[in-house]
Amino acid sequence: MSTTSNARRRKIVSRIFEVLCAAAVLVALLPLALILFYVIKEGFGALNLAFFTQMPKPVGEVGGGMANAIAGTLMLIGLAALFAVPIGCVCGIHLSEYPGTRFSSVVRFAADVLNGVPSIVIGIFAYGIAVLPVKRFSAIAGGVALGLLMIPVVVRTTEELLRLVPSGLREGALALGASRSRAVFTVIVPAALPGILTGILVALARVAGETAPLLFTSFNNRFWSTSLTQPIASLTVQVFTYAISPYDDWHRQAWAGAFLLVVIILALSIIARLAVRRLERMNRP
Amino acid sequence: MTTMEIEVRDAPPQAARAAAQAKIAVRDFDFYYGAFKALHAITLDVPAQRVTAFIGPSGCGKSTFLRSINRMNDIIPEARAAGSITIDGRDVYGSGTDPVELRRRVGMVFQKSNPFPKSIFENVAYGLRIGGLRNKRQLEATVERSLKRAALWDEVKDRLHGSALALSGGQQQRLCIARALAVDPEILLMDEPASALDPIATSKIEELIYELKDNYTIVIVTHNMQQAARVSDRTAFFMLGKLVEYGDTREIFMNPREKMTEDYVTGRFG
Repeated sequence: MSTTSNARRRKIVSRIFEVLCAAAVLVALLPLALILFYVIKEGFGALNLAFFTQMPKPVGEVGGGMANAIAGTLMLIGLAALFAVPIGCVCGIHLSEYPGTRFSSVVRFAADVLNGVPSIVIGIFAYGIAVLPVKRFSAIAGGVALGLLMIPVVVRTTEELLRLVPSGLREGALALGASRSRAVFTVIVPAALPGILTGILVALARVAGETAPLLFTSFNNRFWSTSLTQPIASLTVQVFTYAISPYDDWHRQAWAGAFLLVVIILALSIIARLAVRRLERMNRP
Repeated sequence: MTTMEIEVRDAPPQAARAAAQAKIAVRDFDFYYGAFKALHAITLDVPAQRVTAFIGPSGCGKSTFLRSINRMNDIIPEARAAGSITIDGRDVYGSGTDPVELRRRVGMVFQKSNPFPKSIFENVAYGLRIGGLRNKRQLEATVERSLKRAALWDEVKDRLHGSALALSGGQQQRLCIARALAVDPEILLMDEPASALDPIATSKIEELIYELKDNYTIVIVTHNMQQAARVSDRTAFFMLGKLVEYGDTREIFMNPREKMTEDYVTGRFG
């Protein structure tokens, strides 16, 4: 009698917690769904060919596009990757190869702290080292700021993924007469490469959506520019500028820009997945 | 070779045995993991072009000893060796010995097959490439020869550039043997090479060991007493980090001197 009532009670409790879990999932996903819905609703309609091919029109004139900002964002994340990937990967390799040393724990701690630094502070730092000395906003300064944001993510994913490589592979390489560095670069890193690449692309997608660190590094530019030493437009800053403007047409374009940003980030994630699948063909039967 | 009772081949004739010189000479070898002493004063000679088996219960130090021969234990922090191991008279732990160079002469096959996540061809070519071989024709020839020696060629010749991880467990282990043979070592160390394989794959590996001993000095660690009896010429019995008895395999199994050896090989413990 008491065992059946106990079982019944457990079933009820179990059901309550299932409902609570489902509710938590809904609450977590709801903002994402709403944001996507709203951005697509407002942004997709505002997209047209001019948006991709034309430059911003002067204040008061309707039309024009964000061609310069699209190119600028791609350039900025390219520069960020150029700064962050070599530094981040080398740090990650060091951490996974010498996990127990004092130096490693300092580096690991520093990466975690850097990861927690607000992006606006990173922007101020980049302003200090890359803008003040030359007295000019530049694409390079923007790339440095985004790169600094990327580094900790690349460091930690590289470290984690290298550590997941089975130790048997290392032993196999060493037993064939490979030096330690040889084993790392010919066996361990290639085995972890798909994962590391995903980490890099995910980090890129993250910094592609940053606005604050660009405000006083790459600044903005209403004209077409691909110069590394000149201010450069970016989608995020352009969206910010247009969104706080009083013009309806600019609001419309800001939505279009926001939509395009979401698409770029989605595309980076999809490329990451496809690249992984390609590389993993060798890692899996 | 697949029957379960212990089979012992005829010991090599006296003359041949005399000709088999000590390839590896071990004298008072101790090994420590930090404060723990894993090996106590091991002294033995491993003859050239013979199969020598190390047997003993788990944790007796036989794998530690095997890994000491090619200094694979170097990568373990706080591990320390004392005494001497010499190969052809050269001190393995001497200051003039480069472990990387040593491991090219002393190949190793592990308990768990560990093919690299590369193609079959690249796995076998790995040791050659890091040795600096670039010539494509030479690479291809050596890969083919090594796969043939490891009795794997016929099964993989049509998919050399497919993933090594698509092979079965037994094939993977033979691939690892081929990979070790490709760099042409003098000694082949095998750490329970068949313990994760089914009986058919195991018998293939054993046949292979039997054929390879004409050209290589083979040391094999095994938990399987029948396997030791089937493939080895000499057997060393380890217990708690000490070498209890070492002699011709036939003697160890049929007529052991030590009571402990007899208890172990007859299955009374372990």
